Amino acid sequence: MLTVKNISTVHGKIQALWDVSIEAEEGEIVALVGANGAGKTTLLDTISGTYTPVAGSVEFQGQRIDGKSAAYIVEQGISHVPQGGRLFSDMTVRENLEMGAYSRHAWKQRTETIEHVCQIFPRLKERETQITSTLSGGEKQMVAIGRGLMSRPKLCIFDEPSYGLSPKAVMEIFQVIKSLPKQGITVLLVEQNVGQALEMANRAYVLENGRITLQGIACDLLVNDYVRKAYLGL
Amino acid sequence: MKILDVQGLKKNFGGLAATANVNFNIEQGEIVGLIGPNGAGKTTLFNLISGAITPDSGVITFKGKDIAGLKPYRICRVGIARTFQSVKIFAKMSVFNHVIIGYLFGDHKHKTSGTSSEEAEKILDFVGLSGMSDRRAADLTLVNQKRLEVARALATQPELLLLDEVMAGLNPTEVSEAMELVRKIREKGITVIMIEHVMKAIMTICDRVIVLHHGEKLAEGKPGDITRNKSVIEVYLGDFACLPSKT
Repeated sequence: MLTVKNISTVHGKIQALWDVSIEAEEGEIVALVGANGAGKTTLLDTISGTYTPVAGSVEFQGQRIDGKSAAYIVEQGISHVPQGGRLFSDMTVRENLEMGAYSRHAWKQRTETIEHVCQIFPRLKERETQITSTLSGGEKQMVAIGRGLMSRPKLCIFDEPSYGLSPKAVMEIFQVIKSLPKQGITVLLVEQNVGQALEMANRAYVLENGRITLQGIACDLLVNDYVRKAYLGL
Repeated sequence: MKILDVQGLKKNFGGLAATANVNFNIEQGEIVGLIGPNGAGKTTLFNLISGAITPDSGVITFKGKDIAGLKPYRICRVGIARTFQSVKIFAKMSVFNHVIIGYLFGDHKHKTSGTSSEEAEKILDFVGLSGMSDRRAADLTLVNQKRLEVARALATQPELLLLDEVMAGLNPTEVSEAMELVRKIREKGITVIMIEHVMKAIMTICDRVIVLHHGEKLAEGKPGDITRNKSVIEVYLGDFACLPSKT
């Protein structure tokens, strides 16, 4: 479904990604593991069109999307739930959700999609007219995920969805992410709860200093000595 | 010796009691964890102690002196420094200058800009940012920006340090490094209150844990007792399956 082939991305003079290749099959949860500064967010941003790679290609459902605008990529069926949520803080919960349905086909279905999102997160129904800056951290993350689902994506990218959440809220958010493949949504996940991310993923990649250094079945990586030492703190 | 004593602290936002009659005290040299569900009022409590907001009522005594309602800069100068959950850095300023600002601002004697640069480098080294002095703060990764906040706070030479989720977004190995840093801060004689959701850190380095829920103190005690407390499990921890000990 998603094929990232040999991409390199630069920030000014600094090269952040070197010859990176990853794939996601339809219905998979793919985790991306790495230290802070390894280039995980840059890779996600390159897929969703914030950055254009200087080399390599990104294909989604057989079609090149590298170099295309982020808006176009959303229309093709990729949505991105960024690190820290990045909500429109002065807008209400409902308005934030509607912003996620900005692409043409999603806009027509926005009322039903909001219903669907509120089924997943009943709290958002209760908070519909509340300004998002007044929400708790866990609720904000629910809005961010909800907004990501509003475009009716085929692939949903999550950048640290558990950031700043209580253990209980983390568990709730992970339950939702785990359920997405059943709804026909493929997941690409960056998550610092490395143990939990590997437990719910099918496959995983390890990114170090901008390069993929290890890849495989997620549960194999979970018992890999190097991963345990470098990322699980064991 | 009690370094901080909070009694009857209240703060309402509109109709919402963000802090409702909170009482606790902190002993000098302790590392105390502050946990609770998102929206429980943890950061509000830090904002009240550090003077970012003024309490509606209540007393905050730091080393025997009531500091409730003082301006943030005065609270900093009596010896309380903090970091911010959503980092508050000067994007275009160098890493080095952040620390210099903290150093020259905090109220301590014998400060000249001559000794300050040496001191700033020492602090950057201490938090693990050596070699990054010339970088613009905006160019650091989020984790390093958090370290920079710790460095800036330490530069004011505080006796009490309030850490607001410095471990969020760190992987387990990075968390271990951050835990070591907090321990080293305590070894310098600095008392620490830390808001954190990373239970591994709370369990390992905190002497005591205070749990907030709906602006009230729900529980207080040793980490081991807190994680067995039924109400804490119900509102905060959830099922034990999510505890990091499993990984």
